[in-house]
Amino acid sequence: MVLSPGETDFPEIPPRPPVSLWLDRSFVWATRLFAFGVVGVLVYIAIVVGLDAQPAMERYGLAFLTTSAWNPVNDTYGALPMIYGTLVSSLIALLLAVPIGVGTAVFLSENFLPPTPRLVLNFMVELLAAIPSVVYGLWGIYVLIPFLKPIGAWLHSHWGWIPLFSTQYLGPGLFPAGIILTVMILPLITAISRDSLVSLPPTLRQAALGLGATRWTAIFRVLIPAAFSGIVGGTMLALGRAMGETMAVTMVIGNSNVLSPSLLAPANTIASLLANQFAEARDLQISALMYAGLVLFGLTLIVNVLAEWIVSRVKYY
Amino acid sequence: MQEPTRSDLPSPAQVSWPILSTENLSIYYGDFLALRDVTMAIPERKITALIGPSGCGKSTLLRCFNRLNDLIDGFRIQGQVFYYKQDLYGETVDAVQVRRRIGMVFQQPNPFPKSIYDNIAFGARALGLQVDLDELVERSLRQAVLWDEVKDKLKTNGLELSGGQQQRLCIARAISIKPDVILMDEPCASLDPISTLKIEELLRDLAQEYTIVTVTHNMQQASRIADFTAFFNAQADEKGKRSGYLVEYGTTDQIFQDPQEEATRRYVSGQFG
Repeated sequence: MVLSPGETDFPEIPPRPPVSLWLDRSFVWATRLFAFGVVGVLVYIAIVVGLDAQPAMERYGLAFLTTSAWNPVNDTYGALPMIYGTLVSSLIALLLAVPIGVGTAVFLSENFLPPTPRLVLNFMVELLAAIPSVVYGLWGIYVLIPFLKPIGAWLHSHWGWIPLFSTQYLGPGLFPAGIILTVMILPLITAISRDSLVSLPPTLRQAALGLGATRWTAIFRVLIPAAFSGIVGGTMLALGRAMGETMAVTMVIGNSNVLSPSLLAPANTIASLLANQFAEARDLQISALMYAGLVLFGLTLIVNVLAEWIVSRVKYY
Repeated sequence: MQEPTRSDLPSPAQVSWPILSTENLSIYYGDFLALRDVTMAIPERKITALIGPSGCGKSTLLRCFNRLNDLIDGFRIQGQVFYYKQDLYGETVDAVQVRRRIGMVFQQPNPFPKSIYDNIAFGARALGLQVDLDELVERSLRQAVLWDEVKDKLKTNGLELSGGQQQRLCIARAISIKPDVILMDEPCASLDPISTLKIEELLRDLAQEYTIVTVTHNMQQASRIADFTAFFNAQADEKGKRSGYLVEYGTTDQIFQDPQEEATRRYVSGQFG
């Protein structure tokens, strides 16, 4: 580089003022702290629950997951009925809530309704999520359980040979619990699915329609697949919520720690078990409850990993 | 091929020192070599056009000048980029400060979803400049030849303007903080001919005060507005990966009337590919 004489003071880009640099760095550190703080809380809870569960884990080992005795008198504990109850009640909720929720989301994201009624409807669906779970529980006891009685009786008398309907409808049980959970997770699935449908670029729909596709083809072949990761995300969030829901389930599930495959029989979930027994539990029972909590923790973890896996698989097709 | 350097820069009479220059600049994304060994100098208060086929690295080079490539994972350079005599990638240089001096206008008009007024005032507010905002907004919009069209609706959302108006709003936003250089990445690619013409006139006006570097696919546009033109091309290596390189750089007249390279002649006469 040749420097011509007398041309040495050219403009230069000045350094950042130290205050601005300092603010920048502290902001980065603050966000880092927040992110690790959240992870830290999770790890801390897992460690505490794990440590408290230690005695029960040592005594019962993995048999805890496959046996169905829950007897505080002679300290024998097995969580199979509650694991079964947790999975089945959540599965019922998911089977019913996904089609209803995604259907609602499609309806609310299309222009089937004028904007104002659509907005009102939207708002009301989201309001479902604002009802406290104890109110759902009350509604379950006084409205839902009597309402489901004829359906339960019909299922047992016509399909009683299937183990799922092999007992009389006694009222509280997996069936009403599943229905309550359906209503409770519906707004989650609807809101998240609707948001991911609405945020799709309009050119996507136009491309499909421009090829002569009908509205339904555009929705089912293009829009829903494109919004799939959002829909799965919402569904998994909902499943997590369903598995951990406590109060409403406790009020309608019957809290029976006996294993029965029947949806019509009283049952129990892990969350409901914890809520019911913690107050009077002591010594090994506390440890067994912690162990059950850890199992619930693990189940939710598996669900989330599975969801990530499904979403990552689908993205590439 | 003779590469222009500081000493044999086109029209050196008007230029004391180039405002931007590169020396043996190669740009990598990870292992991929996007642009190979570019040495060129961009003079002050002129319009310099970068032309060439897709994938020849001209946008990559443009984004190197205000360090916007820093945001991309795996980006690194070899060689040097200078702002006057300062190494833009030197250790003490702050990318934020670089972008304050070297602004950018993008291919798609990208006004913020705010009012026209707030779009223009954004830069001054973000930088904490102690200025009269009303005056700043009016001056910037006048410079961008948008004032007469929007003076009665400064509170409307910038996204409600037409495409051409949005792009002029983005130019007004870029010049509101008085940068030295405005980089433009195909600023007319998504506009109709009338809007394009307006923007081109605007660029000619702005060139009296600002240095403009623009990427364009439109060769008529380059020949209409640019003082200098650099032609880039892409070449595949033995593994089939295409890297861009600078073929020829000179005054626009020279590039279009009397190109020295066969590739340039074919490209500017429309016989390319």
